[in-house]
Amino acid sequence: MTDTVTSSCLLAMHGISKSFAGVQALKDVSFDLRRGEVHVLIGENGAGKSTLIKVLGGAHLADAGEILLDGEPVRIASPMASQHLGISIIYQEFNLIPELSVCENIFLGREKTRHGFINGAAEHAHALELFKRIGIAVDPSRRCRDLTIAQQQTVEIAKALAVNAQIIVMDEPSAALSQQEVAHLFGIIRDLKAQGIGIIYISHRLDEIFEIGDRITVLRDGELVRTQQVKDTSREMLIEMMVGRPLDKEFPEHEFKPGRERLRVQDLCRGKSVRKVSFSVRAGEILAFAGLIGAGRTETMRLIFGADQPDSGQIFVDGVEVRIGGPRDAIGQRICLLTEDRKNQGLVLIHSVQENFALPNLDRYVRRGLLGHALETAEFAAYVAGLKIRIAGHDQLAQTLSGGNQQKVVLAKWLATNADIFIFDEPTRGIDVGAKYEIYLLMHKLADEGKAIIMISSELPEVLGMSNRILVMHEGSIKKEITDVANARQEDILSAAMT
Amino acid sequence: MMRKAINDYGMVFVLLGLGLVFSILTIKEQVPDNDTAIAQLMTRVRRDCKAEDVIVVAGAARKDSAEFAGKMAAQLTREGFKDARVVVGIPSDLRALLDELQSRGTNPAVLIAGRDVMKWRVLDHLPTQYPAFAACKIMTPATRLWPDFLKPSNLLAIVDRIVVIAVIAIGMTMVIIAGGIDLSVGSLIAVSAVLGSLVMKQLGGLEAPAWVVPVGFMVGIAACGMVGGLGGWLVAKFNVAPFITTLAIMMVGRGLAFMITGGFSIYQVPKALPWLGQGRSLVAPNTVILVLVLYALAHVFMSHTRMGRYIYAVGGNKEAARLSGVPVFFVTIFVYVMSSLAAGLGGCIQASQINTGTPNMGMMYELYVIAAVVVGGTSLAGGSGKMLGTLIGAFIISVIQNGMNLVGIDSYTQQVVLGAVILGAVLLDKARNSGGMAALLRRKA
Repeated sequence: MTDTVTSSCLLAMHGISKSFAGVQALKDVSFDLRRGEVHVLIGENGAGKSTLIKVLGGAHLADAGEILLDGEPVRIASPMASQHLGISIIYQEFNLIPELSVCENIFLGREKTRHGFINGAAEHAHALELFKRIGIAVDPSRRCRDLTIAQQQTVEIAKALAVNAQIIVMDEPSAALSQQEVAHLFGIIRDLKAQGIGIIYISHRLDEIFEIGDRITVLRDGELVRTQQVKDTSREMLIEMMVGRPLDKEFPEHEFKPGRERLRVQDLCRGKSVRKVSFSVRAGEILAFAGLIGAGRTETMRLIFGADQPDSGQIFVDGVEVRIGGPRDAIGQRICLLTEDRKNQGLVLIHSVQENFALPNLDRYVRRGLLGHALETAEFAAYVAGLKIRIAGHDQLAQTLSGGNQQKVVLAKWLATNADIFIFDEPTRGIDVGAKYEIYLLMHKLADEGKAIIMISSELPEVLGMSNRILVMHEGSIKKEITDVANARQEDILSAAMT
Repeated sequence: MMRKAINDYGMVFVLLGLGLVFSILTIKEQVPDNDTAIAQLMTRVRRDCKAEDVIVVAGAARKDSAEFAGKMAAQLTREGFKDARVVVGIPSDLRALLDELQSRGTNPAVLIAGRDVMKWRVLDHLPTQYPAFAACKIMTPATRLWPDFLKPSNLLAIVDRIVVIAVIAIGMTMVIIAGGIDLSVGSLIAVSAVLGSLVMKQLGGLEAPAWVVPVGFMVGIAACGMVGGLGGWLVAKFNVAPFITTLAIMMVGRGLAFMITGGFSIYQVPKALPWLGQGRSLVAPNTVILVLVLYALAHVFMSHTRMGRYIYAVGGNKEAARLSGVPVFFVTIFVYVMSSLAAGLGGCIQASQINTGTPNMGMMYELYVIAAVVVGGTSLAGGSGKMLGTLIGAFIISVIQNGMNLVGIDSYTQQVVLGAVILGAVLLDKARNSGGMAALLRRKA
């Protein structure tokens, strides 16, 4: 690296490492940003992008490494400190207070005052000036809740400019914008570039990256893969860099013997998140749903399970159309859903494991109006032994278990309902490698028993390693079906998921 | 097992501690009741006296003391002691009798002094002022040291006093465990009492037969149940904050109670009305029996039925419960109906206790009820708590009030102490749950 490069370097992060409770989220990552450049940060979910940004934003303190601003080493211990150093982060969920006006939001915490009173006129004038710089007219006296998403984004940018930010981080800024709005956003970004501001741009949309990015950095599993010029990069190279890990023996061998059709879904629709989704799953199958977060996979499954109600569409169980008004109906149809968010949706954390296990099964334990505790205890004990759930006792609280054991408790409670159709949403998220393998074996066992299994996974190796058929979703609809899983490549899935 | 019991019902120790403190503070010389005293004294009289002896029985001019003197004299006559002289009044009345005896030269063999008379100074001066009576024995009932607090009548009074709050706290415990709150219960007491007594008035008033009372109660309780159903439905269907929903019902209910009666109390109630609130069956007041039965049922319901489990699950994690097939909508309505029914019953009990329906009954009761539930160890965050804990919590509040009355603390100070003790009890509970006071203090906010 030459001196001239260093001098034009607005930000340089060297050898950043960060771990959480033994899990290495970032390993020796270096990243730099020049004035007037858009540097794209890309990687799969969990690759370490957001951790890196949080280190920059002062939300996390790095375990190792140094951060230089304009060549000067700095310590960013808090979000406040980060702001004072001229770093502004625009998160996907905006940090605006909906009930306050645009003006009040922009100057929140840095109000302009005169004699101890807020100088509204000065704030208003300054806000107008900022919007002029951005090139968009927003009335500073409007309440933020009344603005469109794109306008709110503009307010966030104005907020960044108000603190004289030199570095602006945009986390998936285009996710909720229409095509036109994205074009407009790019116009703003080009203006900011011209003013010498450095922009870190995080996105999953490959097309955008090629349109707006100057350089690109790929992270994978918390490590830096490569930083290079966008113009030297091809789409294929990018995908390979993102996923490029060899498939090893992470998954148990299995031979699928699909039987008759158990579940069929016809033209399921709900708002913009699920659009005319149709598919079927057979006994003995593991049908994987791949796609990006927000592609509509979880939303589709919630419709089948009755957690949400569809706008239209039909659901058939064993060839018969059924109406599912709520999870209770779905359970009655022997459908179960193992949610991706175990802590908030799968378990009552403050209750014992046995109480969690029994919750959907209580109907069966009632004798003369009272619960038969002995019956319940005996049945749970059988599952604890069968699934090798490691617990100290039946009254241990669910919140004290490891992720893997929590998932097993959830699995046990659904097995006990005698379900035929299992929907696993991210079955191995937050679970260590050993427990993962056990969960995989259990899924194969269920398939052998003739259960129909649907698995949502954002981990491509898992999708390829565990399923016998793959559906790829993108923006609410199914984009691709892969039946020859053995010869499928991650690139095929990713390109369908990102189109 | 033992540890779990201690964990679940740690507040028992607070209750016992309070009981101990008030016991020590209220230890007094206790005079036995009249029948016991008479039996006791008669054995001594039989031993020491002959049938023809003159026996003076003195009682003070107070109801129970006078009654003692009369009964004692009657018993003496019945057992063949013919010359029993009774005097009831103030010390000078006794002195007048003694002067008369002395002037006639009749020497009484025994002077039986009932309660209160024991303390008269005439007795101390007997040997000097009436030297002729040197042989006269003074007999008083044997006393013993025992705390006022622990007298059986006081213990029953503690339960009796808290009965309305305890009954309503059953419903409130269900609501709070399900993750809600119900501020309307105080007003519903008035609604139920006023409606109930209005029905009784219409069906015959003072002259009405006994069956009118349960009819009135039913109407009052059912009306409250319907109000609770409406509130629960608003909470379940529109996700209105329970605090706001029940606050509104609290205001509406109070207003309606006043509107129904035009602001007056209803006194035209059947003679059978006080049976529930003031009557006794077998050994205990009816209210005490009712509270114990209701808590036993509620405990079984919460810990041994499907619905009870559902209530805990909804409060513990509503979304997880829903996705596990728990009928969250129904459970939510159910707990508010239960709470309102309990408030309705509480109103009936209170109307029976004071033999009237009054629209300003139950003011601030919602706060005492919530305090009982929280002191009993139920978390306002929902999902955890025990029915019997609530009973203990209600007892703690009642014991504090009762004990302070016995010790003679004025009602303003009582409020201050009660508030402080509630805070202390809850902090103690937190400390127990986070592994000691030190751990609680170390914990970051």
